[in-house]
Amino acid sequence: METIITTAIDWVLACYADDVPANGGACVKLRNEQIAVYNFARRGEWYATQNLCPHKQQMVLSRGMIGSAGETCEPKVACPFHKNTFSLLSGQCLTNEELSIKTFPVMVDNGKVYIGFA
Amino acid sequence: MIKPTIIVVGNGMVGYKFCEKLVARSADFNIIVFGEEPRHAYDRVHLSEYFNGKSADDLSLSTFSWYQEHDITLHLGDPIQDINRTAKTVHSLSGITFQYDFLVLATGSSAFVPDIPGVEKEGVFVYRTIEDLELMKAYAPKVKTGAVMGGGLLGLEAAKALMDLGVAETHVIEFAPRLMPRQIDSAGSAMLQSKLKELGLSIHLNKSTAYIGGGHKIENLHFTDESVLAIDMLVISAGIRPRDELAKLCGLQTGIRGGIVVNEKMQTSDSCVFAIGECALYEGMIYGLVAPGYEMADIVVNQLTAGSKLFYGYDMSTKLKLIGVDVASFGDAFVTEPDCRTIVFEDTHKGIYKRINISTDGKQLLGGILIGDADAYNMLLQTVNNKIVLPPNPEDLILGARGGAESEGTGVMSLPDDALICSCEAVNKAAICSTVSDLGITTIEGMKKCTKAGTGCGGCVPLVKDLIAGTMKANGQYIKNVICEHFEYSRQELFDLVKIGQIKNYDLVLDHFGKGDGCEVCKPAVASILSSLWNDVIVKQDTIQDSNDRFLANIQKGGTYSVVPRIPGGEITPDKLIVLGQVAKRYRLYTKITGGQRIDLFGAHLNDLPAIWEELIDAGFESGHAYGKALRTVKSCVGSTWCRFGLHDSVSFAIEIEDRYKGIRAPHKIKGGVSGCVRECAEAQAKDFGIIATEKGWNLYVCGNGGSKPQHAQLLATDIDKETLVKYLDRFLMFYIKTAEPLSRTATWLNKMDGGLSYLKNVIVNDSLGLGAQLEEEMQSLVNSYHCEWKEVIEDPALRKRFTHFINAPDEKDPSVQFEPMRDQVKAKW
Repeated sequence: METIITTAIDWVLACYADDVPANGGACVKLRNEQIAVYNFARRGEWYATQNLCPHKQQMVLSRGMIGSAGETCEPKVACPFHKNTFSLLSGQCLTNEELSIKTFPVMVDNGKVYIGFA
Repeated sequence: MIKPTIIVVGNGMVGYKFCEKLVARSADFNIIVFGEEPRHAYDRVHLSEYFNGKSADDLSLSTFSWYQEHDITLHLGDPIQDINRTAKTVHSLSGITFQYDFLVLATGSSAFVPDIPGVEKEGVFVYRTIEDLELMKAYAPKVKTGAVMGGGLLGLEAAKALMDLGVAETHVIEFAPRLMPRQIDSAGSAMLQSKLKELGLSIHLNKSTAYIGGGHKIENLHFTDESVLAIDMLVISAGIRPRDELAKLCGLQTGIRGGIVVNEKMQTSDSCVFAIGECALYEGMIYGLVAPGYEMADIVVNQLTAGSKLFYGYDMSTKLKLIGVDVASFGDAFVTEPDCRTIVFEDTHKGIYKRINISTDGKQLLGGILIGDADAYNMLLQTVNNKIVLPPNPEDLILGARGGAESEGTGVMSLPDDALICSCEAVNKAAICSTVSDLGITTIEGMKKCTKAGTGCGGCVPLVKDLIAGTMKANGQYIKNVICEHFEYSRQELFDLVKIGQIKNYDLVLDHFGKGDGCEVCKPAVASILSSLWNDVIVKQDTIQDSNDRFLANIQKGGTYSVVPRIPGGEITPDKLIVLGQVAKRYRLYTKITGGQRIDLFGAHLNDLPAIWEELIDAGFESGHAYGKALRTVKSCVGSTWCRFGLHDSVSFAIEIEDRYKGIRAPHKIKGGVSGCVRECAEAQAKDFGIIATEKGWNLYVCGNGGSKPQHAQLLATDIDKETLVKYLDRFLMFYIKTAEPLSRTATWLNKMDGGLSYLKNVIVNDSLGLGAQLEEEMQSLVNSYHCEWKEVIEDPALRKRFTHFINAPDEKDPSVQFEPMRDQVKAKW
């Protein structure tokens, strides 16, 4: 998906692709930040967001279930605490308008997963 | 403007209903009510429940504040003594005189006491008011043998009252050759009689009492056939006598055999005086039921408020439960061939008798009788009243459609708009349907509030429910219980599809039966189905599990997990207790005893879970599945091994049961309990299944729960041995696992089940679906494939590796997790 190549993005090696379970997430620590990485194997896509669920300030999004919403099959993650769901594309919360999370670009190359920092 | 004064004489059900209807319609009247009884209006229809523990207050229809709020003056315990129609005044016992503009006589009826020598003796009662019941209640403890004179509807109610009062031997004496002669035929009576005999009543038909023997007290009954029955208590329930003495006194026209003559406006021979209820005589008939009384009240309210509604007689169809036996009669129950075609169905084994009378051209239902099973009553009555054209096989009406789809045209939605659904409150079909469509009311509670339908005798409630569902369906509102946007199937349908297709992973299930990429609703639902079918190690498909199941522990505030090892039946050795303490200390875990007799260790880092479990498993512990929708605990009391009251060894049985069902995944969590005696210290009746020891074996209760909507478990089987109990439990749990909706506890599942407990009992105990053996087999295969999930994880390095917080720094724990001290332990700080 992410094919944008701009000099502004700083790609940082996060983990190996097989560290992240298929169709699920895992947490990496990069630049002192907790980032959730999702291996959406069913669609051959990768996503990354902040690990913190903004609803109750819990570091848990990487442990949530992922899936799709609606006709457009918007990719999403559900927080394991209270099942708020967030778009993996925009970071917008789909169940509570007031919430949103940060998303990061992801690049997978040769079995290695890179997260892009702006 | 001076408001006209209406005086109501009588504060029974009909008098009260009149007030209620009048204040609802108009505030332009000054209403004064006189009642002879000391209490305000109460529900006389359910009088016998007074002996089942209902209090006078429970039966009460209203409160003093209701009268105050509506500005109605109420004089209780103060009967009217005479009426002066010229001066338009009434005069009460306490000496009050009031002027009226309109007078409403709702004096009701009294028990008819036949003129038999000896009726004045001590131990002879009538059955009519709460006071009568109190007298009976005070007398009954001295009584061994009681009798009821009269085998009609009220007489049988009175017989039930005697049984409820603990009278060891109860007889029913009926003059006619059958029971309930006004409602049912001889064959129906015979069926009812055999059912009542089973329940311990002795029935004597064709008996005419000559005199009541004894000295000061009743000792026996002497019949005209010269036989004698020794008894120490007699309740006379030989019919009712309209209370027309006031009317007679003031010169109103009354019937020869009693009753105040009224016209179709409910006016007596004086146009300013109305009579309603059981004291009114319309076209030579007394209407001794509450529904026509309410209708009469409505007519008078209508007349007073310038309406033009008239009374044209009333359908006397009835349905009631007599001592646990359904009895119903509707329409013309007694018409016989050749004036009609009669279809009769009899099952002497089950005690069911059904008769329907059909017009000779086969097009219309004229009436009928139902004994033992009156489920079809509402629909049959509607079919008669609305002259609905019968289907080609009218016998289906009482036998149920056999094979093929349910025949069209007999459902509730085919009723005409003006079909009267609730006769107590006069609510028709159109009113109910429009309440659903226009106001969006879809529950029976909401419907009761909006329309009052179902608030009277409650007999129409099933019909109202069907109408609500039918209307929602017609409006396209009815939503099939699909799992989520990705699966257009109910859980049960998907369960069967997955089973037939032998599909063992989520992605394949989604490819075959769903669409999109799944979500947090269908993933755990399918995970549960896969688990219930194949019982694989769930962490092999970890990302379709809810996070608790994914990490085999309960996620807590701050992102730590809690650890709950299984402690079957709550029994634990000192050595194991020591290990728990050591593990908790080593990993700085907060410890607490759970409600299910286990020990919960809180505050574990994700990274530490495998090491913690390794130590626990080494000490002989297993996963407690506290994180899963699975069997949690089987709570036990200490039972006969230690307790001086215990009948059987409840702890051993609880352990056996917990070990049998541990690890099995279900639509929701399952809890059990085993008590060693009726004191029920294990609180088994608050569990999904509860087992209670009896003198003869065990009682099995099902479908209870605590939680936000507590519900007691209901009795499924009595005095059964262990083997039978396990068999029933296998069937019950497997049936639940296969048919419940996702995240639905057994109580909710039962509440939504058509036919409720009796259906469930039939499936489990009587094996009515013929599924028993299959359910047992399926359960046995789940029992055989049990594995401790934590053991599988700690023995598999690949699975173990998943229990890390940072995959790029596996040894580092989540730094955002922090603790603070609390009462010598820790709590999460966040």
